[in-house]
Amino acid sequence: MTTLLQSAPLFYALVGALLVAIAFTAFAAHTHVLRRLLAFNVMGTGSFLILVGLAQHTRGPDPVPQALVLTGIVVAVASTALALVVFRRWYEATGHVVLPEDERA
Amino acid sequence: MSVAPAATLLALMQSGSTVAASPLIALALVIPLCWAVLTAMRPAPRQTLLVLSGLGIWNVASAMLWWHTRANGVVNYALGGWSEPLGIGLRADGIASSLVLLTAVIAGGCGVYRLCTPDADLRGTAMRWFWPLFFLLGAALNAVWLAADLFNMYVGLELLGLSAVGLVAVAGTTAALSAALRYLLAALLGSLAYLLGVALLYAEYGSLALSSVASGFAPTDTTIVALGFITAGLCLKTALFPLHGWLPPAHSAALPPVSALLSALVVKASFVMLLRIWLGPGAPLLVPTVAQGLGVLGAGAIVWGGWQAIQHADLKMLVAHSTVAQLGYLFVAIPLLIDASDTARAFAWDGLMLQIVSHALAKSAMFLASGTLIAAVGSGKVVDLAGVSRHMPLALFAFGLAAVSLMGLPPSGGFSAKWLLLQAALAGGQWHWAAVLLAGGLLTAGYVFRVFRASFLQGAEDRFTDTPLGWDVVALLLAGMAIMLGLLSTGPLDVMRFGALLQRGIT
Repeated sequence: MTTLLQSAPLFYALVGALLVAIAFTAFAAHTHVLRRLLAFNVMGTGSFLILVGLAQHTRGPDPVPQALVLTGIVVAVASTALALVVFRRWYEATGHVVLPEDERA
Repeated sequence: MSVAPAATLLALMQSGSTVAASPLIALALVIPLCWAVLTAMRPAPRQTLLVLSGLGIWNVASAMLWWHTRANGVVNYALGGWSEPLGIGLRADGIASSLVLLTAVIAGGCGVYRLCTPDADLRGTAMRWFWPLFFLLGAALNAVWLAADLFNMYVGLELLGLSAVGLVAVAGTTAALSAALRYLLAALLGSLAYLLGVALLYAEYGSLALSSVASGFAPTDTTIVALGFITAGLCLKTALFPLHGWLPPAHSAALPPVSALLSALVVKASFVMLLRIWLGPGAPLLVPTVAQGLGVLGAGAIVWGGWQAIQHADLKMLVAHSTVAQLGYLFVAIPLLIDASDTARAFAWDGLMLQIVSHALAKSAMFLASGTLIAAVGSGKVVDLAGVSRHMPLALFAFGLAAVSLMGLPPSGGFSAKWLLLQAALAGGQWHWAAVLLAGGLLTAGYVFRVFRASFLQGAEDRFTDTPLGWDVVALLLAGMAIMLGLLSTGPLDVMRFGALLQRGIT
């Protein structure tokens, strides 16, 4: 516990791991497409925290992971936007919020 | 302030001046990207001249890059003169240059097929975004083939996923939209798992370049967990059995040229990444248990995909399940690639490369021919093909040629690939894989002959719609290349061995 408090980066990485675990559970448990997208976004945030936190914990201040996370955020925003557009088209066409394969299950 | 960044900067300035540049590598990325922007400026479903010029230049540049690699060997290139870790390092080894050329050829075929499509089939609100997404997909594929570090691979993979999902959704039907959503969710999950693995590797090694991770590699716990995440994510994206559920709906609901691109190239991108990571830095961890495990999943894919293809009533679903099965062969090659015998490893590498290329050519031809048959018959059901052999001989012939390669009958590329894999299994004494390979061939024959049986039955003659001749020509050319690859495989295989990833293997 003391090491945890001494190393803020490690704390960030562990919180990140927790977020990924929570979000993965949500991704598996929910079938509503929007809930899955939210889970995906939380999972993304978790992996970014791990990427920055763990690297700074093991090798000190480092700009590279932050540049990578910026790229990652752009990718995540673009994916979310695309998913929302496709989901909206599909919702307007069918009125469903759950994908057909999940509905049967 | 720490001294490390200043030292890094100094090293960068020194190495920046000695970068051996082959701008052809950059062109392979820039050309499709340029045309993605050009076609997006005034998006329209038909931009014949612009698209044709783009496809032409793209093919010429890719052929030149392939030729350059053939003559000069592996080429490294730092974009803009910025070397790693700040810049984007690209590396054109034999497999990358060959896949860049393959991408250009298949994209050329699919693009021309699309241009021949009658106006009636181009109606739909999203159709005008086809060309920007098409060229973006090409740029993303080349980015993955040429990437020399783990993070550029991630960016390429994400771009690939997004443009592929967009292209599936362009079809506009509810089936296409739900398949696109399912595909997107699977793709996002896969790339996040991959990113998580990359984050752990960066924390461990402080670098993302494949070469520096390989040079400092140690089989620590973090590395093992990281490789686990990376493998799981990439297997999901490659649709390895049992993670293949998203593939058949997405590949069958898309437009024919899109299905062809997805099945021929997109699923191979994550596989090539897997290969680069496991045979590059991860080679010390690719112990027989791991390799045999991946091989068993591949065998599962061959049997399950083949069995599903035999049962499906829908022609495109049949072809899509055939993709699941054919991807299985790629994973069956992995345990053969680490065999103790040198001969077995050499056979396995050649067989794997030939399987990647010949499946890409044959499957794109098969999806394009299926699209033509479905348009002519007006139904996607296999039983409705009755009578099509008289009305559509060319499309059916192209389908047949592609099927010859997929089944592994001589003298096709598919035959050489499966023969080499079989030789590898026998040379290494891994007999169980030989049995799987033979069973796969029989299952393939099973679903292919279902299509032929239906086509040669008598049917009413007047219910067929005429289809453009260009459709048949493109499918025939691609299928013909899959066959020719069996006769002329030595040259391409020699190039694909340049910078081969087998550390313990081929010289």
